[in-house]
Amino acid sequence: MKTLSKIYIWVIFALLYAPIIILVLFSFNRAGSLNHFSTFSLYWYKELFRDPTALNALKNSLYLAVGSSLLATVIGTFAALGINKMRNKFFKNALTSVTNIPMMNPDIVTGVSMMLLFVAAASMPFLPIKFGAVTMLIAHTTFNLPYVILSVLPRFKQMDKHLTEAALDLGCTPAQTFFRVELPSILPGVISGLMLGFTLSLDDFVISHFVSSPDFQTLPLYVYNQTAHEVKFSMYALCALMVFVILGLLLAVNFAGSKGKNKKAKVLPMGGIQ
Amino acid sequence: MKKRSFIERFAAVPHSVWALLFIVAPLIFVVYFAFTDTYGNFTFDNITMLSSYTHIFVLSVCFALIATVICLLIGYPLAFFISQLKPKTQKLLVVLLMLPMWISLLIRTYSLLALLDNGGLFNSLLEKLGFERVKIVGTSGAVILGMVYDFLPYMVLPIYTSVSKLDARYLEAAHDLGCNNIKTLFKVVLPLSVPGVISGITMVFVPSISTFYISQKLGGGSFDLIGDTIERQFQNVSTYNMGAAISLVMMILILISVAVMNKFSDGDEGSVIV
Repeated sequence: MKTLSKIYIWVIFALLYAPIIILVLFSFNRAGSLNHFSTFSLYWYKELFRDPTALNALKNSLYLAVGSSLLATVIGTFAALGINKMRNKFFKNALTSVTNIPMMNPDIVTGVSMMLLFVAAASMPFLPIKFGAVTMLIAHTTFNLPYVILSVLPRFKQMDKHLTEAALDLGCTPAQTFFRVELPSILPGVISGLMLGFTLSLDDFVISHFVSSPDFQTLPLYVYNQTAHEVKFSMYALCALMVFVILGLLLAVNFAGSKGKNKKAKVLPMGGIQ
Repeated sequence: MKKRSFIERFAAVPHSVWALLFIVAPLIFVVYFAFTDTYGNFTFDNITMLSSYTHIFVLSVCFALIATVICLLIGYPLAFFISQLKPKTQKLLVVLLMLPMWISLLIRTYSLLALLDNGGLFNSLLEKLGFERVKIVGTSGAVILGMVYDFLPYMVLPIYTSVSKLDARYLEAAHDLGCNNIKTLFKVVLPLSVPGVISGITMVFVPSISTFYISQKLGGGSFDLIGDTIERQFQNVSTYNMGAAISLVMMILILISVAVMNKFSDGDEGSVIV
């Protein structure tokens, strides 16, 4: 029974990883074929970096991921502070339920609904909204927000509220209290929310598909457009690179998460946010 | 009760405004577009026209249900077996399980396509071994396989969270009271892991029913699911209203089924955020 269950685990994991590993392996295949492996080479990676559309998409993706995750982290952290202290039960419940809608709804509905909002806004004379960077930033911030709030709110709840009171009694202004006492103790949650938002934004395809325009492409949109026709082999290189980046990020998040639980102080210099 | 400071009182305001503008308003626009024609006149036509999409709804529900059941059948034993391993191995396997969730769905689906395509590795392997090539891409089996492959980790993780939290003394007690392994599984382990199962089912069913990339790629264009239909309606301004109506119905169906499912599981212990 023990061996059987171990075999079962290995078989499922092998099946789960086989396509991805094959994709990564064949991205180093000079022959540019999936049938036979000729020689190991970085040819397709060089080819990829010669493609201006791909580079532009990468740039857009990074800007968008940084911008939307930062914006969501700032709004979301304050929102968590406010929600934690909120006394009106009805408003509190309403706000948290509304916040969770983008998490519950299928991505396609979120994407479509935002697209309709922007279409309607663009048709108004005084709101010259154009599909592209701005709509993407709004959409990505919106779907990042619930994740930020969800990772920060528990930290506020766990926090010793006497600390805040002590700081106020000792003469801190509310702003000082927030930045000197509350922020350091919720920082692990803030950082994991930031990283979560960054990864989610980098990864999102469905919502972006509806709110972007052809002149603002992100990496997933580029992959989608590329795989719609005859696929260039540099796509494999791009996919492999994205797998590597995600792997690195996941390890970083896990590292930060486990550090945050053990030693609060250690996270401070590592997170880089003060 | 202490008075709340200015910051605490108004910290949630930016987020509330944001949620109102970019979560609530878009949904109102979905409803608005669903009940109007291209010129903005009120009409029920889109809703009555929905009957001609019945077969698409039925097909999508069937595909998503089959994929969910397969995921449950594969995923439950996997989660249970993992929870029986040494804690260190468990941790490693959980990270390995989370990694594919972070790799873009596009890449995972595309890697599966590259593997199974008529000229792909799988078929040339079959040929070398002396078998006939099989046409996989373009069959309903391929679409369901794609859903299972893409969403299996979303089933395993919540179930694992439930099962691993199970008090080992319950199992000992069941054994002491005369249950054999099978009986313990069905009388103790299964009922106690219902929240995880419910959460897993929603996390597989919702993306499965709303997908369009999987059916486009692995279905070879021969299957029209709800996701494909919605996506197509939003490529052309004249069909936005119909698309909004279909999205609205899908959203309501999903929210109702999620609410019903959550009734079965009390508490939120099964839910995971990764």
